Amino acid sequence: MQPLEMSAVDLVASLRQGDITAVECATVFLDRIEATNGSINAFLAVDREGALARAADIDARRKAGKPVGPLAGLPVALKDVLCTADMPTTCASKMLAGFRPPYDADVVARLRRADAVFVGKTNMDEFAMGGSNENSAFGPVRNPWDLSRAPGGSSGGSAACVAADMAPVAIGSDTGGSIRQPAGLCGITGLKPTYGRVSRRGLIAFASSLDQIGPMARSAADCALIMETIAGHDPGDSTSLVVDVPRYTDLIDKPLTGIRIGRVPEHFAAGLDPEVAKGVEEAFAVLMAAGATVHDVHLPHAKYGIPTYYLIAPCEASSNLARYDGAHYGHRAEPGKGHRAEPGGQRSAGQAGGFESPLVEMYCRSRAEGFGPEVKRRIMLGTYALSAGYYDAYYAKALRVRRLIRQDYLDAFQTVDLIGGPVSATPAFKLGEKTDDPLAMYLVDLYTVGTNLAGVGGISFPCGFTKSGLPIGFQLQAPPLAEPLLLQAADRFQRLTDWHRRRPQAMEGGKA
Amino acid sequence: MSTNTPYTTIIGLEVHVQLMTRTKLFCGCSTKFGGAPNTQVCPTCLGLPGSLPVMNRQAFDLALRAALALECTIAPFTKWDRKNYFYPDLPKGYQISQFDLPFSSDGFLEVVDPKGAFEPRRVGIVRVHLEEDAGKSMHDDAAGTGDTRIDLNRAGTPLCEIVTQPDLRSPQEARAWLNELKLLLVYLGVSDCNMQEGSLRVDANVNLHIPVPATAGAEARVAKTPIVEIKNMNSFRSVERALTYEAARQWEEWQATKAEMGKTPKQTRGWDDPAGITRAQRHKEESSDYRYFPEPDLVPVTVTAERIQSIRGGMGEPPVSLRKTLASQWQISAYDADVLVNQGRELVDYFEDLATRVGEGKVASNWMQQDVLRILNETNGTVSAFPVRPAGLADLIGRVKKGDFDTSRAREIFAEMVTSGRPVDDVVAGMGISAVSDDDVIALCRELLAANPKIVADVKSGKEQAAAGLIGQAKKKNANVNPGKVRAICLDLIREMG
Repeated sequence: MQPLEMSAVDLVASLRQGDITAVECATVFLDRIEATNGSINAFLAVDREGALARAADIDARRKAGKPVGPLAGLPVALKDVLCTADMPTTCASKMLAGFRPPYDADVVARLRRADAVFVGKTNMDEFAMGGSNENSAFGPVRNPWDLSRAPGGSSGGSAACVAADMAPVAIGSDTGGSIRQPAGLCGITGLKPTYGRVSRRGLIAFASSLDQIGPMARSAADCALIMETIAGHDPGDSTSLVVDVPRYTDLIDKPLTGIRIGRVPEHFAAGLDPEVAKGVEEAFAVLMAAGATVHDVHLPHAKYGIPTYYLIAPCEASSNLARYDGAHYGHRAEPGKGHRAEPGGQRSAGQAGGFESPLVEMYCRSRAEGFGPEVKRRIMLGTYALSAGYYDAYYAKALRVRRLIRQDYLDAFQTVDLIGGPVSATPAFKLGEKTDDPLAMYLVDLYTVGTNLAGVGGISFPCGFTKSGLPIGFQLQAPPLAEPLLLQAADRFQRLTDWHRRRPQAMEGGKA
Repeated sequence: MSTNTPYTTIIGLEVHVQLMTRTKLFCGCSTKFGGAPNTQVCPTCLGLPGSLPVMNRQAFDLALRAALALECTIAPFTKWDRKNYFYPDLPKGYQISQFDLPFSSDGFLEVVDPKGAFEPRRVGIVRVHLEEDAGKSMHDDAAGTGDTRIDLNRAGTPLCEIVTQPDLRSPQEARAWLNELKLLLVYLGVSDCNMQEGSLRVDANVNLHIPVPATAGAEARVAKTPIVEIKNMNSFRSVERALTYEAARQWEEWQATKAEMGKTPKQTRGWDDPAGITRAQRHKEESSDYRYFPEPDLVPVTVTAERIQSIRGGMGEPPVSLRKTLASQWQISAYDADVLVNQGRELVDYFEDLATRVGEGKVASNWMQQDVLRILNETNGTVSAFPVRPAGLADLIGRVKKGDFDTSRAREIFAEMVTSGRPVDDVVAGMGISAVSDDDVIALCRELLAANPKIVADVKSGKEQAAAGLIGQAKKKNANVNPGKVRAICLDLIREMG
């Protein structure tokens, strides 16, 4: 089997056995990126030189009998929301164009220690805000299954690069569905772990109480492998959980006998695409055939998920993004640009544009130029909702509803072990289809935001294809820290189906 | 009401003190003062993308210690909030602070003037909370460019904010209370309270309550002038001066405008120390909406009874009770105890060591107040670096009690001990001091009487104080004689002469 088609688990084994060197492996994927990124736009930065040097070092160490890490030589793509000391980190924003953090995110450091080889940084919605990857300041990512369609977002680059065989594994982040939804639309497997399972240190914050990093790969088994490296307590993140990391790869190969899976009837209401509904129902059938039982459960407050999410996330974002002022790093507006009076006249910051000082002008213009429209929209939403006189009606109320939503999940998990259902209401939509309608775009998170609001874990994996050949995603959600069960169920499903093995035909052509 | 003004001055204070931690509140950077600009910084205190705060437990413990000493109620559950505002020296665009659930509230600190300049005043503490400091903006006018330079070394330094009730009634009281607060915090090791280095900052809220007599149609009432917040005071003396100025200004304004509280928004005025006046600050700075919300990057803090117990246990005796302890244990006056305690813990330790060795508080206290403190003040020294340790001074006092030399002679010896750093015996030997026998003193006195008939005549006529002239001459002839003894013997001899 060629490296491009191999699972991460198999690649790591081949590298360990010496069937392939790290340099060969990296080269194959880097060449693939070079050949296909022009049409997909999944990568914002590719580090060929760094990756090959790293791979050569791993090969040398292995040859010399020196110790190497558990992922030695495995190519990994990183969402550009993760700080990397040796590559630019932009969050797909003009605001951070060219920004080089002085440090590695905790997950990046863990992967480095495990001797993973970073091939590059993946495209995303600006500051992780969006569900189509069209909010990138550096152009949208195209869905490898249909280049006219969106890959989903915000981890669209990470999802598309795995789907297009540009990397066996990518790291994403999920605030309201940003791992699971693009994984679903691109036909790959993505895990959003329990809040606190993976350190957020070095993850550029969108909404701190919701953000969580997770693996995106071709299979649940590959996600399990990556989780063993990236999960774990980080004393540098106060919200990271002090809980031992299980050996996920050892725990997943178990039958589903007796596992109770909840099915939420409300998920199948109007708005759900019939083909998606059919794929999801068939997935339940597969899980039942594997020994699981399916039971109706209700999440009574789920209908408030979107409004709750679109208050809490923008509120936190409005504060998290206040630091981008152009003074210390990132984009800074040209001094006095556009503020000169008639030729020969004097520059007057106080008059032109009404800025109270040249400094304030620089701040305002830097932010006006640096942020895209969706980021600005959310900063405004959040600033408004946190303002005196509105706080109780919006933010405080959203926090109360969030507690109810979490309680719904905990109550449901009294009677079932997992909750299954669709990831998104439709398969991948056309680029530009929803860009003029922010509300329609916000609804792409309908089935995924609850997981984040409740702080629990969720996984998405392909469960079929539409007649036109677009992947359909299935989502499982689990109680806090039940990642082993999520991975076990998804892995069992993947042992019984081959949806996750299908490759986009368009891309087969691209390889030639 | 003050006796000499037609109004009562109502004052509340808001004090920020920097906690004496080695590292910042949410990262491991040093809090040391005076480093080259922007050298004590890291991604967290620079607010770089992706950085996260981690609470410094020692800072929380110090803050707990302060709150307990201020008799506050400690909340069993407290959380952090973001205070959002935009300022060049605030790198994250928000300050991590505490809003609706401060870790402590409802305390008090009493201040007593030992000379009775004002009635003892118990000042209520509304709340004490923890927050991080911002950086420092330096307006570089000297360069002629009008640039503002930012030093972020201070960003993230732990601060305790202490807010009082409007319980103070005069600028003098406010200053005395601040002194008492500072003393307490220094005793506790919570802060060094160094205003020059910015480790203690004070803002004051002040207004006047003015009795308005009954008129035809209106009952007697108390009019309240609009509250003014005074900022930019950089010493306790400035606080007193600014409040004095502001009270007078408000009184004049009241007479001119009759403007009352609530009808105009709260005003902020800055103290201009050289000019000795307060100036109105721009209205815009006061109308901020901080958009507080719970800090999602930190977990709430729970404080157990055991933790409070352990903090209390390691707290040491606060000044207010130490004054009483010293006065009763060593039988010294409340005033003397106050002077000693107000000098700080080290001086009290010195005193207690000395008093234990001397076996008597009063004598030890006199030596402390008249000699040790005088020299420390003159030399601007610290008690820890004082060359004469309690054992040496106790030695000297013992010799005086034995009658080896009188107190004024002992003072000379003490001065030499301070200068040379040598022990009593060395100094005594070096100065050629030895005990003089009674026979020698009598012989010397006879000689002096013979040589000074006028003095003898004066004494005989009832002017005993004339004998002082003999003592001076005796000291000249033999520096080791005890002046008291010379005087007594001379008077006896003159009486014998008839």
